[in-house]
Amino acid sequence: MSTSSFPVSPRRTLALPRLETLAAWLLAVIWIFPLLYAVWAAIHPPAYMVRFDLLAPLTLDNFTNAWAQAPFARDYLNTFALVTGVVLAQFVVCTLAAFAFARFPIPGKNLLFMLVLIQLFVFPEVLIVENYRIASELGLINTITGIGLPYVASAFGIFLLRQTFKTIPRELEDAARIEGCGWLEILWKVYVPLAKPTYLAYGLVSISHHWNNFLWPLVVTNSVESRPLTVGLGVFSAPETGVNWATVSAATLLSIAPLLVAFLLFQRQFVQSFLRAGIR
Amino acid sequence: MNLNAHRTMQLYGALLLLPAALLLTAFAYLPTVTTVINSLFLPGFRGEPAAFVGLDNYRVLMDDPTFWKVARNNLLYALGTVPTSMALALGMALLVNARLPGRGLVRMAYFTPTILPMIAAANIWMFFYAPQIGLFNKLLGALGFAGVNWLGDPGVALGSVIVMSVWKEAGFFMIFYLAALQAIPPELKEAADLEGTSRRSFFWRVTFPLLMPTTLFVLINALINAVRVVDHLFILTKGGPNNATNLLLYYVYENAFSFFDRTMAATITVVILLVLAVVATLKFTILDRRTHYQ
Amino acid sequence: MSSQFSFAMTAIAAALLGAGHASANSVDLTMYYPVSVGGALTEVVDNLVEEFESEHPDINVEAIYAGNYDDTRVRAMSAMEAGDTPQLSVLFSIDLYELIEQNAIVAFDDLIETEEEQAWLESFYPGLMENGQLDGKTYGIPFQRSTIVLFWNKDAFEAAGLDPETPPENWEEMAEMAATVREASNGEQWGVMVPSTGYPYWMFQAFAFQNGHRLMSDDGTEVYFDDPAAVEALEYWVSLATEHNAMPDGTIEWGTLRQNFIEQSTAMMWHTTGNLTAVRNEANFDFGVAMLPMKTQRGSPTGGGNFYIFEDASEEEQRAAMTFIRWMTAPERAAAWSIETGYMGVSPAAYDTDALQRYVAEFAPAAVARDQLEHGTAELSTYQGGRVRRALDNAVQAALTGQMSPAEALSQAQREADAALRRYAQ
Repeated sequence: MSTSSFPVSPRRTLALPRLETLAAWLLAVIWIFPLLYAVWAAIHPPAYMVRFDLLAPLTLDNFTNAWAQAPFARDYLNTFALVTGVVLAQFVVCTLAAFAFARFPIPGKNLLFMLVLIQLFVFPEVLIVENYRIASELGLINTITGIGLPYVASAFGIFLLRQTFKTIPRELEDAARIEGCGWLEILWKVYVPLAKPTYLAYGLVSISHHWNNFLWPLVVTNSVESRPLTVGLGVFSAPETGVNWATVSAATLLSIAPLLVAFLLFQRQFVQSFLRAGIR
Repeated sequence: MNLNAHRTMQLYGALLLLPAALLLTAFAYLPTVTTVINSLFLPGFRGEPAAFVGLDNYRVLMDDPTFWKVARNNLLYALGTVPTSMALALGMALLVNARLPGRGLVRMAYFTPTILPMIAAANIWMFFYAPQIGLFNKLLGALGFAGVNWLGDPGVALGSVIVMSVWKEAGFFMIFYLAALQAIPPELKEAADLEGTSRRSFFWRVTFPLLMPTTLFVLINALINAVRVVDHLFILTKGGPNNATNLLLYYVYENAFSFFDRTMAATITVVILLVLAVVATLKFTILDRRTHYQ
Repeated sequence: MSSQFSFAMTAIAAALLGAGHASANSVDLTMYYPVSVGGALTEVVDNLVEEFESEHPDINVEAIYAGNYDDTRVRAMSAMEAGDTPQLSVLFSIDLYELIEQNAIVAFDDLIETEEEQAWLESFYPGLMENGQLDGKTYGIPFQRSTIVLFWNKDAFEAAGLDPETPPENWEEMAEMAATVREASNGEQWGVMVPSTGYPYWMFQAFAFQNGHRLMSDDGTEVYFDDPAAVEALEYWVSLATEHNAMPDGTIEWGTLRQNFIEQSTAMMWHTTGNLTAVRNEANFDFGVAMLPMKTQRGSPTGGGNFYIFEDASEEEQRAAMTFIRWMTAPERAAAWSIETGYMGVSPAAYDTDALQRYVAEFAPAAVARDQLEHGTAELSTYQGGRVRRALDNAVQAALTGQMSPAEALSQAQREADAALRRYAQ
């Protein structure tokens, strides 16, 4: 984690007075503390949950317990399948739609685009009851497709890609056409490569979102076969008789680990992706 | 371009739009319409056919004190989370935008909660909030204070939920402020320094107004999140005690899947859609106009 | 309009699925099962299923573990709606009315063919059958059943100068003993905790029944929340915190209560017998288990899950499901199940088996649930159960958190429940 994550010239930055440095660090400690605490609880025996003793014995039992008690391996698999599937499908569907909006003379295009943008506000989980019925009629209950499909036509993705496509000079397109490329070839050879940063940004945002999504997957899944990590964790943490904190901490860490590690390794890309995705 | 080619282009474009159009129809437009329709019908009792009842379901909803309580909770929740997390986000951005030892670490600390699932965050905070054996009360006890029943006292529970949400969201909004701060030309600060403007008045007279579009953007997102994210309730409180922390979308879930009352769920969903329509209008009118003139 | 469309789709889906099933030689059964995934319980059930399959090679049973009771009900209902109906399930015993209203389940009386089967149907503890019967017919067979018991920390009792071997007999004693512990520990330890999230109505039913009051009618169409006996029961519960200073203010979390007891932050707790094995494994102090204290009588509602057989299954599948359920509830299996989980043996014959007799002799708490059964009452179960229970839950929480007096809270709950049930009143 170097300070170079953001390209800031030293000329621009201002030295902070001491007090504010202290405040910044204090806030940082408070902000990261819950996660550190979860780590503490997960690697010590249950007796040390609220007893902070540097010499407390370390253990991995909580992880093995959690792993043995719930089908986390299956949950992982489902989450991976879900996230990969959703992101790939979003890329295809949103690319086609964005291309249409950016380059084709469709009657009532602006109105249609506004209609698409409505989905920025009316997202699948707000309509859980009706979406549940529709998923049920399509035979998608308890399938990974059922979890992902409502999110595939993402207004957000269409919007981002359309913005990017619009900035690509027509001359490149014309040059490709002279070489005899059809529309799909032009899209594939000219537009998609030039929009790579947008795909990366949107992809990372989408991965984080679907890795963490809970309410819709909860409603649409019935069993271990399709249940993603968040739902598995939710079920694991609310048992009939009572929870064992140390095990729940370990389970919690297990389910966030891949994304957390990815974030720590590629912090810069993550942060800039969220930025690019949020600000035009 | 001749007319035929134009037609072909139109057709081609329509085809490109088709997959997205189908999916949006199936999972956004159609369910919106059927939700509204369902809110106007009362399902038959024991196999009788459903009857059209006009606005009766809305009347029932308006007479339901729990609905008003939940709506009020959601308003308080929005008022509690939105300004707080925005102010914190701006503060964090200002802090990590300046020269600061270990800036990368500090920024990472602020941002990390953002990438956790809400469910996982709630699990962790559950340990803080548990009375008697939870961390907060152990700390209070060590300092000689009586413990607080963070999630079990209706006067405190919503506040506890709000604090967790703010922790989860502030870092996300921070990065937008950070980007905006870095886009402010340094010459402005230099000129202000030459004139001897104080840091405080520079912030209020220059920085803050320049950040206005970001503030509005963040505001919209924060408002949407205050309506759409209820995952933590499943772990922390299940909407209790006595509905003290129930929020609209969670109440929809309860009606639909605990009470099997899809009609009431549809009726409340329409209310949520109306709220979102207001937020959307806010975005499409004010925000888009302002960014345009930026 | 849209419901007709949905019906057509469901019918087509059901036909397709049905065709798929019929072509197989052996019978495939799907069973939803309420276990919060994992741990000992899924293993025990899996082992039982495996053993059954080896004895009955023509029947395959797939158990789907779907979380706690509420989750499992939602999941099973949702599978039904999607046309993927299970053939049998273990669901909350109180789901009876919801399932009947959806025409989802069949009565066991209609499936029974021999006298032997009739005898089997009559072999269970009557106290466990109450929640599964309606209009003289049996729809639910008890399996994963529990009651509420009192766990007490003998070390804490001793430290407070109480007899560690004597749990409280009645309400007065419990309040006194709890207050004594609280005082003796200088406020370090609470005297008693009764959970008030999760299933507050269940705990309240125990208080009410101990005060001689039943909260609902037998046909599930009426409730009696605002009766003076119920009000008195809630007043006592509230007074544990307000008057006796023996229980913390506010609500007490169901999920973390066991941890509280293990960490010795309370000397007594009321909890399900399902916790027995976990407490036994985790407590590093001496503890005992007793029947709940009485006011005018002993009492606890039963709880837990029953076997149901679904209407949409073919006759062949229903027969196979019957075979499976009979096998699972046979005395030896019921005994083994009880020993491994802490849940009750469901029939007197189970407690007569050698295995369970030996177990009870060596671990006395295991018999408490059985002994308390003769003072048992059905768990709160009515039409519109979700709303009715929630109304009562809210009342209990409102009273415990001081938002309303017990009388106010219960009369509000009565109004809400009456409104929910108004279409069912005869």
